[in-house]
Amino acid sequence: MTVVLDTLRLRLHDIAHGRSGDKGNRSNISVIPYTEAAYSLLLEQVTEERILALFAHKGASAVTRYELPNLPALNFVIDDALEGGVNSTLNLDLHGKTLSFMLLDLPVEIPLDRVQEFTQGRRQA
Amino acid sequence: MTKNLVHIGCGAGFAGDRKDAGGPVVDTLATRDGPKYLIFETLAERTLALAQKQKQRDPERGYSPFLEAYVRPVLERCLANNIRIVSNFGAANPTGGAKRILEIAEEIGCRTPRVAVVSGDDLLTVMDEKEIRAHKTIEGLPIGDGIVAANTYIGARPIAEALAGGADIVVVGRTTDPALVLGPLIHEFGWAEEDWDTLAAGTLAGHLLECGAQVTGAYFADPGFKDVPDLAHVGFPIATISRDGAIRVGKADNTGGCVTPATVKEQILYEMHDPSAYLTADVVLDITGVSVEQADDNVVAVSGARGKARPGTLKTTISFDGGWLGEAEISYAGPNALARAELAREVLSERAHERGSNAEYRFDIIGTSSTFDGGSAPYPGAEDPSPDGDYRVRAAVSCHSREVAEDLADEVLSLYCSGPAGGGGFRRNITAQIHTASILVDRNRLSPSVQFLGADA
Repeated sequence: MTVVLDTLRLRLHDIAHGRSGDKGNRSNISVIPYTEAAYSLLLEQVTEERILALFAHKGASAVTRYELPNLPALNFVIDDALEGGVNSTLNLDLHGKTLSFMLLDLPVEIPLDRVQEFTQGRRQA
Repeated sequence: MTKNLVHIGCGAGFAGDRKDAGGPVVDTLATRDGPKYLIFETLAERTLALAQKQKQRDPERGYSPFLEAYVRPVLERCLANNIRIVSNFGAANPTGGAKRILEIAEEIGCRTPRVAVVSGDDLLTVMDEKEIRAHKTIEGLPIGDGIVAANTYIGARPIAEALAGGADIVVVGRTTDPALVLGPLIHEFGWAEEDWDTLAAGTLAGHLLECGAQVTGAYFADPGFKDVPDLAHVGFPIATISRDGAIRVGKADNTGGCVTPATVKEQILYEMHDPSAYLTADVVLDITGVSVEQADDNVVAVSGARGKARPGTLKTTISFDGGWLGEAEISYAGPNALARAELAREVLSERAHERGSNAEYRFDIIGTSSTFDGGSAPYPGAEDPSPDGDYRVRAAVSCHSREVAEDLADEVLSLYCSGPAGGGGFRRNITAQIHTASILVDRNRLSPSVQFLGADA
């Protein structure tokens, strides 16, 4: 019996970058692919459900994903992600500035024949 | 012809930004033809409340404590090269800030500038506390006791008016951050109140510039993934905007950093929620059609902003007393450090709860996962930390009295002699907290006005 490995599990950080911002107890995090061709994979795999699950331990209550095909990029708005926000959180990171990298820790499955294409564009970004 | 292009540089993206950033921006602007502006954005939500408290103690103060550090090094060069300065460093006292600028001009012996003061953002002067409290907050949370400040984001029109009055320098308190850029564009191009698409483009240009080097490679570098040349000397941005709203974002000459589609995209989406409706006092910006393109080395063209009619209300930030935050830390390192840090955390937690205080506590071990953790739930994706390492125990409390905050810090301090082996590097921080909430106010309630000081005033 042969096992065909047709995808490679990487982290979102390998194929995309992003930045977090805050307003009250709401965080927004952009997800921008290094290569435009990877945008459709992000649409399939970086879903509202997965991001809500990723932020569940922080008390997140809802996630809205906005699609920007022109850039291309995704913008996630995560409600109640900041433990009360800058007003009342006791988190060392009051604004959730580090959270873009928590999101970029998300595992993604990359077709083996696209790994090189999707990870290029790093460094010269 | 040159009047069809306006050059706007940014010398600070927040109160606390580099004090030497403005110099290269001014030197570069001086080589450009056409109208030239330098903005400093220095007013976060809480900064204004702190300034308001400062003004209560001393009526001459209450402008940004960074005003002098930003203005002094560039004032003479700006005046000599017709680079007009626009900033919200007026904070709670724009008149006080303007007077200080005139003093600085006299001290360095340059010509006396004409300084415009924009006022009218202080809601407390036109609305009493009772009426303010009758508004529902955007966050859905109540406005607490002890209102410190209530300032309204008044938009770009008063800035344009100040420039039409011949100001070399415009000192504003609270306005939207992009208005620092949109104001000059409205003045230069005469954009009307319903030119929604060009107003949107000007707002986008402002959004790109308002955070300083966040668009030129700073807050971006991720070694091996996003490499940025000479981050130590990152250049601050200069945008060139045309009459029809085309934007080119570049940076100061002979500086580090980089301007690429990737740096620009991160800043476009920074603090953006619904990308089809970014609400400002002057226009509702829709960036869903925006595209970016590398136009030249370190120059990115941005196009496709669309605008919709401005809202009938203006956002106002209410700042009020938020009690105290107490924080203290101590380190454990080397063999079995994690177990010693965990024991320290248990001791702190046990003693804090034995006091029966109903304050809210949090205990972290920095070096494992901390910022990714929830209030009481650890980050599920964290790797198992090494038993040996370099860990820092952090205790934090939010409370109504300074005493409770001091007590927690003292408990961490006591670990020196009464805690696990080898604790060191104790630090504490006790801070008075200011909380904020936002309300929407009928825009007709505010009547911003402009006064002039200095030359020909």
